[in-house]
Amino acid sequence: MKSKKETKKPLLEIHDLFASTENLTILKGVNITINPGEIHAIMGRNGCGKSTLSKIIAGHPSYEITGGKIKLSGTDIEPLEPEERAQAGIFLGFQYPIEIPGVSNLEFLRVATNARRKFLNKEELDTFEFEDLVKEKLEIVKMEPTFLDRSINQGFSGGEKKRNEILQMALLEPKIAILDETDSGLDIDALRIVASGIKKIANENSGIILITHYQRLLDEIKPDFVHVMANGKIIKTGNSELALELEKNGYEWTDKFIDKT
Amino acid sequence: MVNDNLVDNIVSEPYKYGFVTEIESEKISKGINEDIIRLISSKKNEPEYLLNFRLNAFKKWQAMEEPDWADLGYEAIDYQDIIYYSAPKQQEKITSLDEVDPKLLETFDKLGIPLTEQKRLTNVAVDAVFDSVSIATTFKEQLAEHGVIFCSISEAIKDHSDLIEKYLGSVIPASDNYFAALNSAVFSDGSFVYIPKNVTCPMDLSSYFRINSGDSGQFERTLIIAEEASSVSYLEGCTAPMFDTNTLHAAVVELIALDDASIKYSTVQNWYAGNEQGVGGIFNFVTKRGKCIGKRSKISWSQVETGSAITWKYPSCILLGEESVGEFYSVALTNNLQQADTGTKMIHIGPKTKSTIVSKGISAGKSSNSYRGLVKIGSKAKGARNYSQCDSMLIGDKAAANTFPYIQSQQSNSEVEHEASTCRISEDQLFYLQSRGIEFEEAVSMMVSGFCRDVFNQLPMEFAAEADKLLSLKLEGSVG
Repeated sequence: MKSKKETKKPLLEIHDLFASTENLTILKGVNITINPGEIHAIMGRNGCGKSTLSKIIAGHPSYEITGGKIKLSGTDIEPLEPEERAQAGIFLGFQYPIEIPGVSNLEFLRVATNARRKFLNKEELDTFEFEDLVKEKLEIVKMEPTFLDRSINQGFSGGEKKRNEILQMALLEPKIAILDETDSGLDIDALRIVASGIKKIANENSGIILITHYQRLLDEIKPDFVHVMANGKIIKTGNSELALELEKNGYEWTDKFIDKT
Repeated sequence: MVNDNLVDNIVSEPYKYGFVTEIESEKISKGINEDIIRLISSKKNEPEYLLNFRLNAFKKWQAMEEPDWADLGYEAIDYQDIIYYSAPKQQEKITSLDEVDPKLLETFDKLGIPLTEQKRLTNVAVDAVFDSVSIATTFKEQLAEHGVIFCSISEAIKDHSDLIEKYLGSVIPASDNYFAALNSAVFSDGSFVYIPKNVTCPMDLSSYFRINSGDSGQFERTLIIAEEASSVSYLEGCTAPMFDTNTLHAAVVELIALDDASIKYSTVQNWYAGNEQGVGGIFNFVTKRGKCIGKRSKISWSQVETGSAITWKYPSCILLGEESVGEFYSVALTNNLQQADTGTKMIHIGPKTKSTIVSKGISAGKSSNSYRGLVKIGSKAKGARNYSQCDSMLIGDKAAANTFPYIQSQQSNSEVEHEASTCRISEDQLFYLQSRGIEFEEAVSMMVSGFCRDVFNQLPMEFAAEADKLLSLKLEGSVG
């Protein structure tokens, strides 16, 4: 007999993940499972491996998986190119979005959106259809349409860059969005805009990983799980209370959880 | 930095214009001497003054030495091993397109330049040049209604000798340089354009140059005259079959703009570039120069150089008339073992003359790409202004880019501004685009088009799209 509440399959499973760059081991056995509709926060000191984890999931060529698995909806993503991962629904919101002179933001957003739509067997959008869609999404991050005419991230303020990331997330409708320090360098107003944007995009079919140092983003977006990372591992997992404890006691308080072996 | 293994694998998209048309052609024997020049002239039934022009140029050429100052390395050219005249055999006098060998029409069809009335491009008049001769010129009659003369230079020599005598060699004299002297001695065909006073040419004019024969050089000559307050936009395209030998192409283009006239000259050069090992390809030694004789006249060069094994080309402007304007917008892409040494000269002679130079060099593979430009402000060019921007983009770590700007000013009341930059497509930029689902190669081509945008914006619309496509094709596989 079928249970009334269908058990959801995990969206992202990271199992005992080891990774290195330039012969330096950075991830030393990370385990996380994210189910549809969940928001996870990963916190930890600089250099603990948070950003590396996000880049590995997105497929950055400078990092190498040396052990363990990453599965998206049950499929191992290691053999996939970064663009294939993105098309399949992985989204990385960059801590430092890259400037690309000469390439129009609008064109970029359209090509990216169509690549994802093609993967989903949806019809690709022509210039006019896309403009309608993007104008709608601009509202989410409170950006002006003039934004679209500029080169990708070129000359954008810190806040504009981050809002552009969230705009991309809104357009690509990823299964899993990893937002790497999206709150860093934002003033309170920009943080609110970004946070409310993320909340609007979040839905019961997708998962979000927030990588952050600060409680203030988590005040806006309440995570279901908080993970503390240190020395390439997740050393403690809890609910949103854990973030508050961290805020109160600092990372030193978590050091006792580090497995010294 | 892009990983070594990412860029090692350099292969170009097969050159799609590399086919040879099987057609019987009339060729003269190899080599160059006075008799050959007399023979070419007599084949073309030229008037005496032109034969003299050629012989005089030949004498000068013999006394000159091939220049070696460019940043180019190639095996010495044996000028006695080249055929200087090759023409497809056909009826002596062709009065309509129906009499043109269908094979020739087919060739241009295949190149995307249909010539027959049913199929020809509706907004562009075309002069199609096949090896040494002009095959056909479209829309001649319609243009004539506006007083515009658009024909092969051979026809112009016969029918408009007054204009030819007055202007041929007036911008680029035979003694100008080695390759211009050679061209002046042996040039076979090319296009002639005359725009009368106060006429805006009703459509774009274009020449399409096709080298077909493997052992003959192509030496075309183009002359464009824009009378007072007239204007014209002229497009030039070039392709050649793939041969494993090198073919010499030494063209001369002269532009003349009188008071308030404007000439826009756009080129998409896609001669065969040789294979990945650098075997074969066109040696492209071209002299292009415009003279802004008139007040407020304007000459604008835009070029997209993607082909040829060797490119040696400096489209220039002599800014004589007060407030005349010269422009040079260039994209030069080299891949594999291609070498390009290209740029411009802006010679400011008249007061308040202005020039703009925007050069974008892209080097991929093991190619070498140099910008060489001269900005000269003469003593009478009070209030002259120049702005130059030379950007280089490197793809991979085996390509080279150089910039050689020369600035000479004899007038303190003038402004010369030069900006230069070199960038490499970074791994982080590529990763950023890829992480949004954009394929690696598309990411590269987006960045290259973005880099070239300032120049593409200057090209006529159909050309800009073509240029963009061409660059992506050329780069396909170059980073992957």
